[in-house]
Amino acid sequence: MTITHRLSLPALAVILIASAIAAVTFGPADITPGEVWSVIAHHLGILPESPVSRLRDAIVWELRLPRVLTALGVGAGLALSGAVMQALTRNPLADPFLLGLSSGAALGAVSFLLLGLTLLMPLGAFFGSLGALALALLIAQLLGGATPSRAILAGICIAALASAATSFLIFWSATGDSYREILSWLMGSLSGSIWSDAGLVYLALAACLPIILANGRALDAFAFGDTAAASLGIDVPRLRWTLLGATALLTGIMVAIGGAIGFVGLVVPHAVRLAVGSAHRKLLPHVMLAGAIFMLWTDTAARTLFDPRELPVGIITALIGAPVFLAVLLRYRRIT
Amino acid sequence: MSLTVTALSVEKSGTAILSDVGFSAPAGRITGLIGPNGAGKSTLLSALLGLVPAQGSIAFEGNDLPRMRRRDRARLLALVEQSTATEERLSVHDVVTLGRIPHEAAWQAEPNPEDEGIIAQALADTGTTGFTARRFTTLSGGEQQRVHVARALAQQPRLLLLDEPTSHLDIRAQLQLLALLRQKAGAGMTILVALHDLNLAARFCDHLVVLANGRLAAQGSPAEILTPELLRSVYGVSARLVSDTANGRPLIVYDEAIAEGDAQIPD
Repeated sequence: MTITHRLSLPALAVILIASAIAAVTFGPADITPGEVWSVIAHHLGILPESPVSRLRDAIVWELRLPRVLTALGVGAGLALSGAVMQALTRNPLADPFLLGLSSGAALGAVSFLLLGLTLLMPLGAFFGSLGALALALLIAQLLGGATPSRAILAGICIAALASAATSFLIFWSATGDSYREILSWLMGSLSGSIWSDAGLVYLALAACLPIILANGRALDAFAFGDTAAASLGIDVPRLRWTLLGATALLTGIMVAIGGAIGFVGLVVPHAVRLAVGSAHRKLLPHVMLAGAIFMLWTDTAARTLFDPRELPVGIITALIGAPVFLAVLLRYRRIT
Repeated sequence: MSLTVTALSVEKSGTAILSDVGFSAPAGRITGLIGPNGAGKSTLLSALLGLVPAQGSIAFEGNDLPRMRRRDRARLLALVEQSTATEERLSVHDVVTLGRIPHEAAWQAEPNPEDEGIIAQALADTGTTGFTARRFTTLSGGEQQRVHVARALAQQPRLLLLDEPTSHLDIRAQLQLLALLRQKAGAGMTILVALHDLNLAARFCDHLVVLANGRLAAQGSPAEILTPELLRSVYGVSARLVSDTANGRPLIVYDEAIAEGDAQIPD
């Protein structure tokens, strides 16, 4: 057991790197792993003369690499957010999408876009997800305590409201191509990801990862509830708001870049828990890497399955996620 | 040195839950916290743990508990709740390891050999060594409660608080748990346990603290304070007290509930 656990993290890291290289080679233009290396080496200044043609270089460096890196980061961020929310709210169904954070973030992002604050759109998404989170917890409290089912019901309510408001804004202002583009983004899509998108994703991860990973052990203390955590010396309110703030930031940025990609925060942590257990210092790094790999492959499927048309990746994650949601529901049917 | 609580008051949204409660729990003894539902037993334990804002002073072994840092306080006192479940996939070993959290270094990834020794001892003390590797959720209620006690013991507390730990246990498990508490008290641990069952309290506690309506109704040894008058005024029941010839402890025989108007509950 311990040997497999010690090797599981490096193994995931190897799978992640191999997947990333493989994913760059997938697509309408056939590109070999060797060419991928050459392009990367050339742009990093290791290889002065690139053997790869200009066009193929651009496909790798301008299109596929930023997209692959964005997918990895978005997957890691969404999966981590889900795992943290599940622990903090003791709610196995917690997921940024199901609790309405993604819809809130989408509303915030679209509002800022239409106000002309294009550059500040990620900030709008963050405010939106933070607002949705606060509202979800408030509604659950009003219902008499944030039990899993109440939190989900509150999330449904917020998601419905935020989606309606978003649709209204789009209906009111967007036309033609931009309409279709925004709709595709709303369904969750990483198409058109550029280097700055990847940069923003990794900036958010860099800001939130240390906070989340440093509190992995404290999250374990929540296994038996707030009182038990407090009796183990945890400052429960402070930790809760710090970590929920971090997940709202992560979700907001991920939605600003990739739209409302659902269920990643549900599917990945549950699958990983089955393999490595619930201890968070072990769980969180695994969730992060597995989330990145999951997002990468679903996004690769999204852009290649129906080539030349591209599916919003949110459709694929929902196709996988909804049955998992049902399975989790059946597994935990005792809780309400 | 003992636990000394002086003039403790707790308010929740304007209503007094505890008013001016003062008592002491002798060191290395089991003190039973008794009183009817709503008397404030759980709130008192929460206040000792620093979970609810309280006025008054709580001193234990020279420490001013409310002013201590959370982590230091968690090394000094541990709590066993009535019954707490989890949905997490945790082994019994994982659960007991939680007790080491207040002692762990910030980035400690695994329990170190010293931790493992303490965890093994806590498992042995509670008779749970046999299911170290089992998933916590597969245990029976009584077994889960023993694991919770093991978790609390792994905290190496000087003061152990238990909130009605026997309420979901069968009689054998209740006796086992209280015998374990006896043994721990014998080893110098101060124990404060909220109990519903007055006969268990009379049998196992050295000292009793009686709460009624958020106030201290009485404190002293079971033989001193368990009287028909107290049971009438605090619990609203008529009862007789007989002496258990085997150990000289008082034994309560309940007769009937007193009609609402006749019960004189101190205010």
